[in-house]
Amino acid sequence: MAYSDKLIDHYENPRNIGSLDKNSEDVGTGLVGAPACGDVMKLQIKVGADGLIEDAKFKTFGCGSAIASSSLVTEWVKGKTVDEAETIKNTDIAKHLALPPVKIHCSVLAEDAIKAAIADYRAKTKKAE
Amino acid sequence: MNVQTQIRRNDQPIYLDYQATTPMDPRVLEAMMPYFTHQFGNPHSRSHSYGWEAEEGVEKARGQVAKLIGADEKEVIFTSGATESNNLAIRGVAEFYKDRKNHIVTTVTEHKCVLDTCRHLQEQGFEVTYLPVQKNGLIDLDELRAAITDKTVVVSVMAVNNEIGVIQPLAEIGKICREKKTFFHTDAAQAAGKIALDVEAMNIDLMSISGHKIYGPKGIGALYVRRKPRVRLVPLIVGGGQERGFRSGTLPTPLCVGLGAAAEICMKEMGDEAERLAKLQARMLKGLQSKLTDIVVNGDLEHRIPGNLNISFAYVEGESLMMGIKNLAVSSGSACTSASLEPSYVLRALGVEEDMAHTSLRIGLGRFTTEHEVDTAVEELVRHVKKLREMSPLWEMAQEGIDIKSIEWAAH
Repeated sequence: MAYSDKLIDHYENPRNIGSLDKNSEDVGTGLVGAPACGDVMKLQIKVGADGLIEDAKFKTFGCGSAIASSSLVTEWVKGKTVDEAETIKNTDIAKHLALPPVKIHCSVLAEDAIKAAIADYRAKTKKAE
Repeated sequence: MNVQTQIRRNDQPIYLDYQATTPMDPRVLEAMMPYFTHQFGNPHSRSHSYGWEAEEGVEKARGQVAKLIGADEKEVIFTSGATESNNLAIRGVAEFYKDRKNHIVTTVTEHKCVLDTCRHLQEQGFEVTYLPVQKNGLIDLDELRAAITDKTVVVSVMAVNNEIGVIQPLAEIGKICREKKTFFHTDAAQAAGKIALDVEAMNIDLMSISGHKIYGPKGIGALYVRRKPRVRLVPLIVGGGQERGFRSGTLPTPLCVGLGAAAEICMKEMGDEAERLAKLQARMLKGLQSKLTDIVVNGDLEHRIPGNLNISFAYVEGESLMMGIKNLAVSSGSACTSASLEPSYVLRALGVEEDMAHTSLRIGLGRFTTEHEVDTAVEELVRHVKKLREMSPLWEMAQEGIDIKSIEWAAH
């Protein structure tokens, strides 16, 4: 399968690999996918006092497209508000990385991961209020 | 002669996919060349020397193939490859004997061309028993014995599996089939030239062989069809009645000659080659095991050809690993390498969990694999598995002591 240069770059030099403290109040964690399906993404966002996402980290078990999709979204969400980050669409991810049709589900999973991380963050802040 | 440098250009990755196909041995190409040029005659032409010379080449090749499997040369027919041989053997025998018998026994880990042939026959009213395999990939002989009825026309069990390299107990299977008076067909595409095969000692009635798996040309194969006691087949391709009427069409002389030459080289070098490959296989496995934890060999390690390793690298998805090891040409049991999105049915049949099937690589070693290549492969694999584990959430959980099976994953 021939992949785009952007995809290969994200696979070979993934941005923001790692983990944030999942117990911290300002960190939202999303864990989506399933090992049996061949892809699992963990995406974390850290939201600053100004409401902007100041850091994002990911870990992904999956094919090169899944790794690249999650690496890309960690770059995209940084500096955005939670509401802005929520508007990221899988189609934008797929287009940016030029994902082949059989790999579209990787971008869907990346969008799900952002949504899950945001939902986790909101649930935490709600509880804190 | 340094064959290595002739086979691979420096800019090509290290070839470790010998179960997919093999490079042609330069000695095979040399044997074929005259039949592309001066000796171009139709081997079925009887009226001039062009035809006679071509026929001589074809018949010599038939003898070379027969010798490799302990058969008589009259029992070998040329086909386009193992897929055609498997189709012809199973469909041909089933259709010929359909008035008396209507049952076929095969296994769940057969090559797709055997499974699909059986499925077609099922649609035509045949009954098919798909034997399961044990955790090590081998069939249970008691289950085989129990599956055969007086309506069973043929038992088709592959000699060596293409994904995991395990060797089925052919002699025992042959003995059971002979006792139960049913034909025994074996798909020996991955076995011929690699392990000793003897159609007499093993009571094999039909055997499929492929040219390009034994360092011969693509587009040629053979089917062994026993003459005593005689096995009858309905042909798939009819016409001029060549190949004892089993397979019409002008024989591709250069390809036949290539298959014959490839068979002869395998026969001569099999012993030393198996020993050399066993050392490389052990070196590869030891190298990986000494530097990585959580790796599992799929399929029996003892009853296995030395040119195959199938390994699950837990917590690392197979396709992403293959993207990393750019300098190595291997294949994966992961779904992500195919359009089907299902992991390998062979690994699933062994009881390998889906998550582990997604992490598997098939590494094939062969005639032109060197020790240096094995060491390079180990080094690359270790480096990339470690890198990918560092970015794997499953590896992280495992290190924290979380059992990934205890988590409720949302299937997607």
